[in-house]
Amino acid sequence: MRWGNITKFLAVVFVILIASGYYMSPLATSIKQGLDLQGGTHVVLEAVDTPEAKVDEDAVQRVVKIIEKRVNEIGLTEPIIQRQGERRIIVELPGVKEPEKAIEMLGKTALLEFQDDSGATVMTGKDLKDAKAEIGQNKNNVVALEFSDDGAKLFADLTTKNVGKHISILLDKKVLTSPVVNEPIPSGKAIITGSKSIEEAQNLAILLRSGSLPVKVDVLEMRTVGPTLGQDSKEKSVVAFSIGIGAIVLFMLFFYRLAGFVATVTLVLYVMLLLLALKMLNATLTLPGIAGIILSIGMAVDANVLIFERFKEEYRAGKTLRAAMDAGFSRAFATILDSNLTTLISAAVLFFLGTGSVKGFAITLGVGIILSMFTAITITKILLKMLMHTNVFKNGKIFGA
Amino acid sequence: MKFDIIGKKYWFFLLSAVIIIPGLLSIVFQGFNLGIDFTGGTLLDLKFARAVTVSEVREALKEHQLENSTIQLAVSDQIETSQNVFIRTPELSDDTRRVVLSDMEKKLGTFDTLRVEKVGAVIGSELTKNAIIAVVIAWVGMIAYISYRFEFKFAVAGILAIVHDVFLVLGVFSLLHKEIDASFVAAILTIIGYSINDTIVIFDRIRENLKTHKKTESFNELVNRSIWQTMTRSIYTVLTVVVATAALYIFGGETTKNFSLALLIGFMSGAYSSIFNASPIWVTWKEYEERKRIALKTSGSK
Repeated sequence: MRWGNITKFLAVVFVILIASGYYMSPLATSIKQGLDLQGGTHVVLEAVDTPEAKVDEDAVQRVVKIIEKRVNEIGLTEPIIQRQGERRIIVELPGVKEPEKAIEMLGKTALLEFQDDSGATVMTGKDLKDAKAEIGQNKNNVVALEFSDDGAKLFADLTTKNVGKHISILLDKKVLTSPVVNEPIPSGKAIITGSKSIEEAQNLAILLRSGSLPVKVDVLEMRTVGPTLGQDSKEKSVVAFSIGIGAIVLFMLFFYRLAGFVATVTLVLYVMLLLLALKMLNATLTLPGIAGIILSIGMAVDANVLIFERFKEEYRAGKTLRAAMDAGFSRAFATILDSNLTTLISAAVLFFLGTGSVKGFAITLGVGIILSMFTAITITKILLKMLMHTNVFKNGKIFGA
Repeated sequence: MKFDIIGKKYWFFLLSAVIIIPGLLSIVFQGFNLGIDFTGGTLLDLKFARAVTVSEVREALKEHQLENSTIQLAVSDQIETSQNVFIRTPELSDDTRRVVLSDMEKKLGTFDTLRVEKVGAVIGSELTKNAIIAVVIAWVGMIAYISYRFEFKFAVAGILAIVHDVFLVLGVFSLLHKEIDASFVAAILTIIGYSINDTIVIFDRIRENLKTHKKTESFNELVNRSIWQTMTRSIYTVLTVVVATAALYIFGGETTKNFSLALLIGFMSGAYSSIFNASPIWVTWKEYEERKRIALKTSGSK
């Protein structure tokens, strides 16, 4: 019977350690990383009222759509565009090279207008079908416009009525170009000249294709972490994390010996489960998030310390090993439950009231507390029971008592 | 006989006061070094190709009327030059920022932009408001839970111990003029979580011992016994979290330095206040009630 138990124990430990050794690192790297770790730009935009346009639900929804379109057109990878509250939009752009330009484009109203000689607006960007950057006949950078069917009619009408006069094309009330009409243009096509570079022409084309924002948008907050700093923070956090865990493991082995070894195995399992949970919750790992993990590991260790200390007390009071271990678990459980639930209350408050990095911290801490109650109590208990049923270890010393 | 912690409780209260009061004075007279997360503004974190001094950077900013900005070198241990510089200015428009940066490049040579942050004043005041709301709600939740599981007196004693820890950390940050940013709020909330967790473990032991409490044992003796029964655990646990946080402080990046420093101070304070403040406060209150009860009885029997 006792060899059976030893084999069972070793098999479980073996599976946990091998699986962790194999999956830990790919799992950790597959979790979405925050901008503080990989570099990138975080922007908070707010739709604001102007005398011309008041903000309403519909307007904000359209703003989100248009910004999504712009971000995609610029060709940024893995962007996150999120509505926050009534009027705010969070845009996260990982690894963007020139954040300044991207931000400038995101918040631009981009209202295109065509005015006749008298300054009356005849057409807007809504009448466009497409806009493309091209190199024009005189090697200049132009944006080629193609109108919709209705737009083509309006434009033909506009050019017919204004032969020999100026018409103006305006973007956000600024004149882009103001050519003299030589003859009516029925083709539904036009060009905008005056872009200083092909990039400028491309950006204008993107803005025109994605349409104009229905309301004014302000940049409330902008944070850019350069790729060098992100990489540096990530590497240093990994080192700090490894050293912290290593110290805790040594500590557990030194004070609690075999029980400490069991606790270490469950700690490894705990870190695996936590990473798995974060992956499944599609959480983003940020620096404060890593700090939350460190704290939750501290609490997982605390649970084991509470159990083992209680076990030592009961054992010294004259109970048998098994009875002392049982008493240790059942008495410590009440303590762990009360102390962890109290901390969970503050994690929950942070989760619901916090934003951004604070929320990331609350998620890892909260999930960590719940998981650690499971691993540090249940799994540790199962493994220790297996060990005790082997009847090999009869001296309390080997369990740290 | 173990050392009588409860018997010396007034000395420990005094020690806490001596540690906290300089910080409180600093908060009142010197205030906090609030980052742009609270005040709004622009932060530039630049790494120059060559080491620069604070006065060089200040000189370069003068032309843009930004010479009153906060300028800090990343490595501040008596070294007067550094490649890495933090500049905190009032909120700059995107255009102004571009002009300032290109002008600096002309005057001080090339640099790598590590971090650029711009926070509107609205966001800053929201952060402060939300942080205070979060703390108050967390406290209400904790008081409710502890009153339900233990008793109201434990809840109040626990919260007072937390107030001790929060003031201590705030005071140290004010004294050292360390920058307070959004992650500091997360640190404070972590400290609150840890401190109450640590306190509850001792309260739990007191609660357990109260069940088998004999009339011959005074509250003082009972609480003393409970504190000592949990002492090994208290020390081991604070050791593990301090080691993990110290690793983050020493080996972690520049961006987590202040965060881990706050945690480090808070965890140690939390462990101290759980042992030397929370339970002693509870005993003091309990004994005061006891005396009042006896006084009432004796006056009633006359």
